[in-house]
Amino acid sequence: MSVPHALLALLTEGPKYGLQLRRQFEERTGEVWPLNVGQVYTTLQRLERDGLVESDGADGLGPQKSFRITRAGAVELDNWLRTPPNLSSPPRDELVIKVLVATRVPGVDVHDVIQAHRRHVVELMQEWTRIKRDAGTEDVSLALVLDAELFRLDSVIRWLDAADSRLRRSPVESAGPARGPVVEQIRQRSEVALPLKLQEGVRR
Amino acid sequence: MSALELISVSKVYGSGAGEVHALRAVELTVEPGELVAVMGPSGSGKSTLLTIAGSLEEPTSGEVTVGGLALSQLSRNQRAALRRRGIGYVFQDFNLLAGLTAAENVSLPLELDGISVRVARVAALEVLDRLGLLECADRFPDELSGGERQRVAIGRAVVGERRLLLADEPSGALDSVNGESVMRLVRATCEDGVAGVVVTHDAQLASWADRVVFLRDGRIVDQTAVPDGPESLLPAPAR
Repeated sequence: MSVPHALLALLTEGPKYGLQLRRQFEERTGEVWPLNVGQVYTTLQRLERDGLVESDGADGLGPQKSFRITRAGAVELDNWLRTPPNLSSPPRDELVIKVLVATRVPGVDVHDVIQAHRRHVVELMQEWTRIKRDAGTEDVSLALVLDAELFRLDSVIRWLDAADSRLRRSPVESAGPARGPVVEQIRQRSEVALPLKLQEGVRR
Repeated sequence: MSALELISVSKVYGSGAGEVHALRAVELTVEPGELVAVMGPSGSGKSTLLTIAGSLEEPTSGEVTVGGLALSQLSRNQRAALRRRGIGYVFQDFNLLAGLTAAENVSLPLELDGISVRVARVAALEVLDRLGLLECADRFPDELSGGERQRVAIGRAVVGERRLLLADEPSGALDSVNGESVMRLVRATCEDGVAGVVVTHDAQLASWADRVVFLRDGRIVDQTAVPDGPESLLPAPAR
């Protein structure tokens, strides 16, 4: 979440005070991203230094100081809105690594491991859905935030389902060490240290 | 008294080498007001579980009770009456009758049960009103959107005194926002004391349930725990 750009967006509605910005930020993001007031003022200071916002000139950073967006700030905000976030590099997916390792550890049923994660993710989705249910359909900002989280978790379930089904069709031979090059490739791309110690521990 | 109970229910199709075990000793209890989702991949036995729970099919062994009545103890006619009065079904493809209006589709189960057309229509209009569909009452299914058709199908499933709602992939091919309204309706129905069972492979749909049961190769292999409450989520997004 880019706090500076969220604050710029709020300032497109007109000049605002720091505390007002903090309250509106939380309201507009469905109150799932708490923001402390210090963070708001440091961000505003930086934005002012960079010429993206200007204040009414009062000294210091008291609650009476009001901020407005500059032309440069509006351009920066527009660029940010249209710049795709970095989705290209694989996430540090610990779950993928756990399932991969589970296919190789003797005595571990990878389908049980998959099911344990599936249950946990569905339980999380139930929690988010409960918030959605209680909130009704009025608060669109909250609904958007909840949808994003639910779709993200849903994609995890879909991957687990696909992994489960793929492994039923073509089980991985559990004997022998993990194939170095594949695991190494994944490790390098995901920048996660493989829990190889776990494998050793189970084998001992 | 539980609204639905499956006691060691097994279902075998075919025999000999072609024998298929669709359900194996399934135990499931659903209380009035509870919504249970059954999740599993295709071929896991989800739809069989639903048709057996709804007395559309008989188990090979085991017992099913609906509102405390053991289905095996009922005559064919008694079972048919229970299906008409006590159980509502929602199918993936809606199954509305094209030649009947929305109100006529909803009132049909009551009319089949011998209730007068006038009384059945009043009941149907009440249900349609509750579902926000009153203005669609006299439209035919092909004059309704996919979301409206599915809401009518839910209306037909809950009209009258039904205490058990059984749904097979109820959001069908609807987009996620329409699927959400369908699940909001199913939930609201359960909050009125109806017991609901939804079978689905869709985790977003299943997450509307109080409890999610996982079916695999005809067996219940796992289920979700009773949740801690939404507060437990709050630190997570701030990470």
